[in-house]
This record gives sequence, structure tokens and C-alpha cells, in this order.
Amino acid sequence: MSIKEYRTASEVRGGLILVRDTPGVAFGDRVRISDGRGGTRDGQVIRASNEEVMILVFEGTDDLDLEAVWVRFLDEPVEIALSPEILGRELNGLGEPRDGRPPILSHIRRPVGGSAINPAARSYPREFIQTGISTIDGLNSLVRGQKLPIFSGSGLPHNRLAAQIVRQAKLKDEDSSFSIVFAAMGVSYADAKFFRDEFASSGVLRNVVMFVNLADDPPVERLTLPRTALTAAEYLAYDLDRHVLVVMTDMTYYAEALREVATAKGDVPARKGYPGYLYSDLAEIYERCGRIHERHGSITMMPVVSMPSDDITHPIPDLTGYITEGQIVLSRELQNQGIYPPVHISPSLSRLMKDGIGKDDTREDHPKVAAQLYALYARALETRNLASIIGADELSERDRRYLKFADDFDQRFVGQGESEDRSIEATLNLAWELMSAFPRDALIRLSETEIAKYYQGDSG
Amino acid sequence: MSEQQNKGFVREINGPIVTIDLPGIRSGEQVRIGELGLVGEVISLAGREAVVQTYESTDGVRPGEPAEGLGWPLSVELGPGLLGEIFDGIQRPLEKIALESGDYIRRGLALPGLDREKRWEFEPNPELAPGQSIGPGTVLGTVQETETIQHKILVPPDLTGELTELAPGGEYRVEDSIAHLRDAQGHSRHLTLFHRWPVRKPRPYRQRDDGISPLITGQRVIDSFFPQLKGGKGAVPGPFGAGKTVVQQQIARWSNADIVIYVGCGERGNELVDVLESFPQLEDPYTGRKLMEKTLLVANTSNMPVVAREASVYVGLTMAEYYRDMGYDVVMLADSTSRWAEALREVSGRLGQMPVEEGYPAYLASRLAAIYERAGRVETYHAGAGSVTLIGAVSPPGGDFSEPVTSHTKDIIETFWALSKELADARHYPSIDWVTSFSGHVQAAAEWWHKEVDRHWQSRRTEALALLARDAELSRIVNLVGPEALSDAQRWQLEGASLIKEGVLQQSALDEVDTFCSPQKQFALLDLALSTYDKGMTLIEIGVPVSHLQDLPQLAKARRCKSMYTSEQVASINDLAREIDEAFESIRLEYAKQHTDD
Ligand SMILES: Nc1ncnc2c1ncn2[C@@H]1O[C@H](COP(=O)(O)OP(=O)(O)O)[C@@H](O)[C@H]1O
Ligand SMILES: [Mg+2]
Repeated sequence: MSIKEYRTASEVRGGLILVRDTPGVAFGDRVRISDGRGGTRDGQVIRASNEEVMILVFEGTDDLDLEAVWVRFLDEPVEIALSPEILGRELNGLGEPRDGRPPILSHIRRPVGGSAINPAARSYPREFIQTGISTIDGLNSLVRGQKLPIFSGSGLPHNRLAAQIVRQAKLKDEDSSFSIVFAAMGVSYADAKFFRDEFASSGVLRNVVMFVNLADDPPVERLTLPRTALTAAEYLAYDLDRHVLVVMTDMTYYAEALREVATAKGDVPARKGYPGYLYSDLAEIYERCGRIHERHGSITMMPVVSMPSDDITHPIPDLTGYITEGQIVLSRELQNQGIYPPVHISPSLSRLMKDGIGKDDTREDHPKVAAQLYALYARALETRNLASIIGADELSERDRRYLKFADDFDQRFVGQGESEDRSIEATLNLAWELMSAFPRDALIRLSETEIAKYYQGDSG
Repeated sequence: MSEQQNKGFVREINGPIVTIDLPGIRSGEQVRIGELGLVGEVISLAGREAVVQTYESTDGVRPGEPAEGLGWPLSVELGPGLLGEIFDGIQRPLEKIALESGDYIRRGLALPGLDREKRWEFEPNPELAPGQSIGPGTVLGTVQETETIQHKILVPPDLTGELTELAPGGEYRVEDSIAHLRDAQGHSRHLTLFHRWPVRKPRPYRQRDDGISPLITGQRVIDSFFPQLKGGKGAVPGPFGAGKTVVQQQIARWSNADIVIYVGCGERGNELVDVLESFPQLEDPYTGRKLMEKTLLVANTSNMPVVAREASVYVGLTMAEYYRDMGYDVVMLADSTSRWAEALREVSGRLGQMPVEEGYPAYLASRLAAIYERAGRVETYHAGAGSVTLIGAVSPPGGDFSEPVTSHTKDIIETFWALSKELADARHYPSIDWVTSFSGHVQAAAEWWHKEVDRHWQSRRTEALALLARDAELSRIVNLVGPEALSDAQRWQLEGASLIKEGVLQQSALDEVDTFCSPQKQFALLDLALSTYDKGMTLIEIGVPVSHLQDLPQLAKARRCKSMYTSEQVASINDLAREIDEAFESIRLEYAKQHTDD
């Protein structure tokens, strides 16, 4: 089909252009816009009739002059070129180079929109990934093919934690490392540099592809960036049989860009001005990760979501939590006590932990140790709360034991060094050491056999 | 119905909403759109134009592409071969789709719900003979669909007439004709092993049935505290991570329903995989057969097209009603009805309809009520009583129960299992909050419990809830003035409540022994906790210090007991109760002796 070119742009607003009298333009197709001054921009058809087409312009619509604009419908979907050469590269949301090197040339081109994985083709994720971080491995274990976001807030060390996980993550008793797809949306130059330097200094850079859109880059491009990055991840996982870890930061800026465009389109808002389809839109991204029957590679995802005003009920973390397979929640309170990584275990969760741990995967006591630690810590936090009201001196001896446990747990189990890579055995042994401060009868979530084998206390 | 259809064309594409120019099309009719043949449904008409919601992504569709009406509304195929399958939101078989289109779902695939090649052994109904008049629900014969489920081949609800021919026993495919009837107009109609039914139209039945029978789920906080009846409607609201899906999956695994329909409506792909991979291994505690033999799945995961998500609930319900019409007790789990409501909202938003609350259209409440109304216990035409129990998960944004979907649902349902983030954060599972949850079926369930298990069920339940309420009060006091302010009796009340929470209410789905708990074991555990508390209190009353009791190793045992003994080992729980009795008795004797010695 011939490429159609039009000068009939009729309206420009908030990242959108309307073009009149454009028969037969396909919904979702890619568009090239000339600004009449020698510059071009990329867009996508998001509404189509013969009378009028609505186009989303990835570079934004600032400075566009309606009179001068030319629109070409490229008659193809938004695609990315893929080859093994993408590793080591830095690209933008459309898959174009940002690193000054030549574009990726390949006959393999894939539409970035993706399509839904058939649930009947999925395999349940069950292979334990050791991150070397006790609060994750011991209590919220990550498995291959899981989507486990980090819920954070401004000033909290989510980037350092993500980088530590990238450095340390490995299958137990296996050395094969992950290929990394790094997607940055709306982050600062400094944050992007932090990751680039991290990848370089830990020597993984040639195993990383970075997709970057910085805070001062056009926000609309953030809408396509995670899709482009995931298309690359799918290529690495399913064409090249690699295990891929996708780090996406920051989903909050992604969702804000979506809201901006939705508002310009006049979509009906649901909560806090975000469109009702934010859930489905996020799900289209997050659900691209997983395990598929008879495929050797896998996609594991770790998105960073900063919670506006530290509010976990804000639509972005909330809808994310409704889609992802758990969440690792960082706490300002722990951070203020100087504890790294400041993982607050109570609201943290790994939904896929159950099939990845235990006798054949980590250690037979792991499931119950996790349940018991959670129960003790919950009670310990209540006690700490009580102590803050009535004073620690008023507490019974029993309660004081819980109070001490809360502190030890925060300092020793939660807290660890930024380069401290704890094995799962070390994590579980540390757990037993802390639990052994209690009498046996207080440890009702553990079986008597496990207590007989691992308990180190003298009481009870 | 199937007169010559006009061809039309696409005018506008706005995401899943496509406007077509097609005179003569009807509201609700199925439409094929574009070169790919995407399927959709007409949701409104204006002049020559019809607005269609499409069940598949419209990427690449152009104005001017063809559009064609199919002549029927969204329907499902009802016949043998549904059980054990996983369908998408419009009843396409996902396993076959995977064979045909690989790991990702290709668009425009038109695969029928039922296997056309498979042969079923049909056994004609011996009581039927040509010349007899037959009508809705007449059982033409049976097919053994799985080891335990006998599939009754029913005359469709909209047919009556005289039976002119009934096929002999033998192997038939679903499209083979197994009977003929002559209708009132004298037309001959042939009947096959399956028929189609439009999903938005409830299947008729003789009348509602008021019989009472509890849905036993094997989950203590549900059966013993907030019971559900067969044919009831219930909701499980809760923030993310609180345990909605686990509650639903536990009911799917362990309830005493004959048929389980699990609808994954806009939720995670891996949760369906979990069911798909584990149910063929797990044994049904009632029949000893594999769970998958009585289960069917409808999957429209969160990343699948949103319009088919709206349809998936109706598709599930229609299949549920079909098995009900064979006289079975069906439980349908919808995870999550909030995603269904959001799909409704998305479509109404694209149509520019006026939103009333949080973007939802004004008809949200009535549509929700209509869905739940399809649950119930009925007298079928010819197969005795059957029921559909409908349990919907609700996913309130931010965990806020005052939002529209939760609050409307609450007005409709009879059983409300409210999940609490605080309990879930403390890993108290299931996190069903005993203060805000309710069941309208306690009286009815009590009759069953008193007859089948123990006549003290209702009083024990009340005592336990009272103790938990007391616990909440005392905890408030402790938080104001500290534990020193409490008397020994009050401390023992706290201990008693903790026994109920840890020994009875908490039940881990992951605990192999405790994941299912028979009603007898449920009562034994409840009684163990309460009688321990009661006995202890008599000791405190005569002056035994509470610390003396708290240190008894038997208390830890009472908490662990649920995981130590299976449902077959209720006697051991009663032994433990006796052991605790004896321990208390010897404390009493010792204490009495000390006091006479002094
Ligand atoms: N009854 C239970 N026993 C053990 N774990 C549970 C139970 N209920 C919930 N959980 C834990 O909580 C997690 C989240 O539960 P889920 O049902 O998926 O929550 P929701 O559907 O409300 O988001 C599960 O993955 C599991 O780890
Ligand atoms: Mg869920």
C-alpha cells in the first residue's frame, strides 16, 4: 500500500494531533510527523475514522505549527529492530540509539504492543532466585518469572537495592547470570548514570540493554518505552534462550504520563485523575513477564514504584499491587534508623514463594521459619507500639523479650551491607539464632521436628 | 433469525469500541469485523450505525473494512466436554488455541467451545419413548462426562414438542443428532448432545427452592463463623495481598459442591496456571477423584482484552446454570468482580456515557444485582434440586470498602467475608475479619450443624465471638494504661482469645494437614479452645495465678493441634482436651492442698 501523507492537521493539544480527511488509516499504526522546519517526530494512531484520526506524538506536541505540519502514515505498527547486538546498547523508547552509535540493523522487527500470553501456555514459576538479601530470600522469596516490584518513596534507596539485586541475583547452586533489560522512565540524569556506572563497574554492561527516557525527555515517549523494553526482553528470553531480569524505574512517572495523555483525550477519570483503564494498561506491561512451556528463557521483572507521599493506597502502587506477584516495601522509618536495606516486611509479600522454597529448593524448614518470623515480628511491633505509649519499663518480662527481638531483627536480619551477599542458609541460620531467644512453646508455627533440629535456645 | 445478513463497513475505531455502518443489525448481536474477523457485540444502535464492543484488540483495523452481523447474541455451547477445560472470556478453548496459535493468542481465531471430534457414550433415557411430549429440561439421556460426573443431556429451555425419535445407546459426537421432536407448528427439530444458550439471558427453571444445605468449604472461619449455603451469594472484599484469591481457591478445592467453575476475571495469569497445574493432582475429599474432573476454568486475565472480561462472568454463569439444571450443586468463583465492573466502566466511558461515581455508569448497581440474582437454589424442570452458589472477590481501590463496587455488592449479597490488611500483614490467614464480616445464614446453618455435628455449635460460636469482642476491648485498655492494669481474669480472657485466633481461626492453605478441615474437626478445635478457656477461668476464680496457666505446655499444643491431627483424627483432639482437663484438675488439687496446708 502506498504511504499516505497529509497536511490536514486540524488540532493540537497535550501530546495529541487531530488530522482530517484521512481515509483508511489503520488503528495503532505508526506515524511520522514533519514539523515543517526539518524536524520529524514519531506518533501512533489512537483513534481512526475516515473523517478524522487522532495521533499520539511520542516526542510531544510542543512548538508544533498546525499550518506547517505534514503527517505521513507509515502503514506499519510501532516496531523495534532486534538482534543480539542490542546488548550493551542504550536506546530510547522507540528503540533508537541514545549512545551515539549506529541504529540496530536487523530483519527481525517486532511490534512493541505485544499480545497476551495464553494462560494455558504458561508454566508456574518455581525456581528460587537467591538475591543475597535476607528479607527477600528468607521472607519474600523471588522466583524466576515473577514480577516483584519495589515500593519506595523519594529519597529511599530503591536504586541501590535494585542494583544490589542485579549484582547478586543467581539461581541457587548455579552461576549462570541474568541478562538485564533496564527501562528508565522519567528518572533523573543522576539516577540513570548511577545504573550505567553500576553495570559498568560490576562488569555486566555487555549483558545489559538500557532503554532510557529522562525527566527532561518527552513524557509521551514513556508510554511506549516499557513496551519497547519488554519486546526486547521477550526477544532475549524466547529467541535467545536467556533468563532476563527487567528492572523498570519509575512506574510512577509512566502512570503520570498516561494520565497526562488521558486528560488531553478527555477520558473519564476514576481515582485521582487517573483513567479507569490504568489497571489494564499496567497489566499489559506487567503480565508480559513469566515462564512459558518449553521455552528455555524467562522474564523476571522488578519494577520500581515510588509511592506519592509514601501512600501505598495511591492508585499507582495500589493497582500495581493488584497485578504483580507481591511487593517489597521500603520504609522511611527504618531508613531513618540507618538500616539498609530498609525493607518493611509486614506489607511486603511474595505470592510465588510457596512453590519455590522448602526441601527441594532451599531448606525444609524455610516455609515455617518464614511464617514464624512474621508472626513474631507482628507481635513484636505491637509490643514496640505499646512500649512507646506506656514506656518499656511497664512491660512484662514476656513483652520485653518481644521488644528486644524487634530491635535485633531490624538491626541484624533486615540490616545488611550493600555488598553483603548472604546465602539462603546464612539467612535461615540467622533466623534461628534470633528465634531462639524465645522459649520453644512460643514458636508454635514451627513443627516439633524442626525445633528439635535447629533450635539453639536453652529455655523452655 | 438467520435470514440473509447485510454486509456493512467500519466507520470508526476507538480502542475496543468500533462504530460500524450496518443497517438492520440488532442490539446484542454478534458481529465480525475487518479482514481479521474480530468478534464483537453490538451495544447500541443509532440509525444505520451500530456501536460494537470487540473482544479482541483492534490494532490494524481501518475505517472501510467490512463488518458482518452473525445473527445471534453472545452464546455458549453447552454439552459434554466442558469439565476439565480452560476457556477464554468468550468460551474459546485455550488449550486448543495454544496448539493452533502458539504461546500468544492470535486474533480472529474462531474455535468452538466443545470438541467436535470427541465421541461420547450416550445412554438414552429408558423412560422416554417416541410419541411422548417433551419440553424444557427433559432428560434425553446421559453421558459419563468424567468418572464422577454424569452429564444429563437436556432438551433446551426454549423447545417443546413431541418426541419422534430417540437415538439408541452408542458413541456420538456433540453435533450428532440424538433425538428428533416435532414442535407445535409441526416442524421437525433435531437435538444433539449440545445446545447453545445466550449468556446474558438467565436459564429458566421450574421454581426457586427453599431447601437448606450448607456449602462446606473446610475453612473454619467460613463454615464455623460465617457460613455459606448452597445457592447463596457471597463476596470476599479485601485490598491486594489480603487473601481473596486464596479464599476462592480454597473453596474451589475443598467445598462440597459437585461442580466448580472458576472465573479468573481480569486477574493474574499465574493464578490460573496454579489451578491448572495443581487440580489434576489434588484429590477431592468427597469423591477421592482428581479435582480437575469437576472443575472448569474461564480465564480472561488482566492483560487480555477488556471487553471479553466483561463477558467472562456471564459465560461462567451460564455454564454454572447448565450444570445446575442437571440437578448439581455448582459453586462459581469470580475473581474479581471489580475487574468486571471496571470493564463496564471502560466501555461506558468510551461511549461518553455520564459517569455517576468514580467514573462508573449509573447502571453498575443494577447489573451487579442481576448477576448475583442468577445464583440460587432451584427446582429444575426434571432433575430435582440444583444450585448455583456465587462467590465474588471484590478488589476495592486502596482497600476502601466505601467505594461503589464494594458498597453495592454489600447490599446484594448474604455472606460477606471482609479481609483485613492488618490481619494479613500479621500473617493471620485467612484474614477474614470477624468484626466486619457477616453471614445471613447462621440460623439456617445451625440446624444442619446441630443435627450433623454437635448441638452446641451455635452457642459455642457465640461464645467465641463474645470472647473475641472482649479481647478487642481489653486490648484497647492495655494500649492506654498498660497490661499491669488488667486483672488475672482479664489476662486469661486475652489468652483465651489468642487460643481461638491461633488454634481455630488461623488456617494456612499451605499446611498439608490443615488446609482442609472437616466440620467435625472444626467443632472439636473450637470446643477445645473454649473448654480450655472455661476450665482455666474456674481456676483463676479460685485464685490460681494466670502465669501458672500460661506456662502450661498444653496450651502450645492446643494451638498446634490443628496441624498435628487430620480430619480423620478428631479423637486425638478430644484426647488432648482430656489431657488439658487433667492438667487443670491437678493444678486445682495442688492449689486446694496448698491452701488447706497454709
Ligand atoms: N489461608 C492462607 N494460608 C496461607 N497463606 C495465605 C492464605 N491466604 C493468603 N495467603 C498468603 O497471602 C498471599 C496473597 O493472597 P491472595 O489470595 O493472592 O491475595 P489477594 O487475592 O487478596 O490479592 C498468598 O500468596 C499467600 O502467601
Ligand atoms: Mg487475588
